[in-house]
Amino acid sequence: MNPWVLYALSGMVMFSVGLVGLFTHQHVVKRILAANIMGSGVLLVLVALARRVPSGPPDPVPHALVLTGIVVSVSSTALGVALARRISRLKSMDAASSRTGPEGS
Amino acid sequence: MTGTFALMAWPVILPLLGAVLALLVGRDGVRWVAGVASVATLTAVVVLVWKVATDGVLHQDLGGWGAPLGIAWRADGLAALMLLTVALVGSLISVNALDHFGSREDREFLPLWLFVWCALNALMLSADAFNLYVTLELTTLGAVSLIVVRRDLPGLEAGLRYLLFALPGSLCYLLGIALLYGAYAALDVGLLAQRVQPGPVTWVAAGLVTVGLCLKTPLFPLHVWLPPTYTGAPTPVTALLSALISKGSYYVLFRLWLEVFSPVLDAEVGQFLGVLGAAAVLWGALLALSQSKLKRVVAYSSVSQIGYMFLLFPMATRGAQAGAIYLVVSHAAAKASMFVAVGNIHQAVGITDLGGVQGLAHRMPFTFLAMALGGISLIGIPPSGGFIAKWLLLNASVETHQWWWGGVLLVGSLLAAAYVFRILRGSFLPLPPGVEVRSIPLGKELAPLALALLALVLGLVPWFPLGLLSVGMAR
Repeated sequence: MNPWVLYALSGMVMFSVGLVGLFTHQHVVKRILAANIMGSGVLLVLVALARRVPSGPPDPVPHALVLTGIVVSVSSTALGVALARRISRLKSMDAASSRTGPEGS
Repeated sequence: MTGTFALMAWPVILPLLGAVLALLVGRDGVRWVAGVASVATLTAVVVLVWKVATDGVLHQDLGGWGAPLGIAWRADGLAALMLLTVALVGSLISVNALDHFGSREDREFLPLWLFVWCALNALMLSADAFNLYVTLELTTLGAVSLIVVRRDLPGLEAGLRYLLFALPGSLCYLLGIALLYGAYAALDVGLLAQRVQPGPVTWVAAGLVTVGLCLKTPLFPLHVWLPPTYTGAPTPVTALLSALISKGSYYVLFRLWLEVFSPVLDAEVGQFLGVLGAAAVLWGALLALSQSKLKRVVAYSSVSQIGYMFLLFPMATRGAQAGAIYLVVSHAAAKASMFVAVGNIHQAVGITDLGGVQGLAHRMPFTFLAMALGGISLIGIPPSGGFIAKWLLLNASVETHQWWWGGVLLVGSLLAAAYVFRILRGSFLPLPPGVEVRSIPLGKELAPLALALLALVLGLVPWFPLGLLSVGMAR
């Protein structure tokens, strides 16, 4: 088996694992991580596809795509984590005020 | 900048510049900067549309790098019509959104909307499968920021939900594109169209791309995220989501299917999408009919209306293509008008229940006129854009001897009539005592009316959009 086939298949496996994780977990951080695993799987497939032709240099286009993909993935993860943090802070404030305040509930 | 590039670049650069400037200036300057940027972008779009309508399809290789390595932009009639829709509908929604929030959110809403506008314009112009992914992601991230602009718990949860459904959608799309690149070494849509052959790789790639885009659009049964997201987001943002942002992913699907996939896929796949579309039409309308919250009725109506757009795939005639796009455009105007009207009602009486509209037609005539006209287009009563769209689709179903899709159209319209009348019925009753109606600025009342009139005009002068659409349409 060519190494690139192995990488591409691993990428597909990561994509599937992430997809399942994203829709089975309840915890927000786990879901964001699952989306990250999915994304890394796709990028791994792209990296592997660059090496399709074993003789000669690797195809530069998929590498450029991977770089862009990483930028997109970092931004969306950051946004997701920021939202999750804010939500958990608001929820804990709500919980605290309902414990102490008489009219909180 | 001169020539084709300038024509196509200004609609993307101007909102981007405007957004950056609007973030930099202080509280008072935002409106001026955003206003100037909006007018400038609108002008650039109109010039581009006029050029496409008179001279035909425009094509540009960015930075002088042609396909297969570079990224190509293309403006055909379809792209021009979508750019125009985004410009007109988006501007009217953002006019209505002024003063909808507190001063801080007001200051952030306009730059964020300009970013989304920039991303949508770039999306419509891209003729490169990977660039479409990037612009889709930009649209998504911008949309999430818009949803959470108020920073309250319902909005934040709606934004995170939207993000977590949109992410797997775009990753499915990206994997599909990766497989296509692996098999055919092309990302340019035109090159892909030439090279794609029937085979397992193409089928898997088409499946991934379709599932990903259906999740973002969203098509039944992938619509589960839509009602809670639309309800949690601030109303002007919901109007943008439903009218424009969800159409971005549909546009990509439309493009790739008609230009790349449909020649190499079996007809059964199109039929399958049609069945899902039909299920969406009926299920969405039934759920809209059973909601008690005003905004949820309008949100579920979107599930139903998106279903019609997928009836294109089993028929796939030119008439059906035109009908589907006509529906996209008229739904954008009509649904935006309804959401904006709902926002006005919430602001005036603070009631979100369907029963809360009782007697309001007398106090907010323009808002309810907009609601009624928007409803007419959703139902498909002539003369309205919705009527023309459904007429074209109905014709296609007769032409292709698939009368059952026509039946779905008619039943869906009846159900739409039922839920629109449910909203309007109460509004004409006398105002119940003790209800305080806050007055709404006239500009905010006129914005939804202008949107609804846009949907109406689409039914009165169909030859302009249909003529524009036929510029460079595939087959």
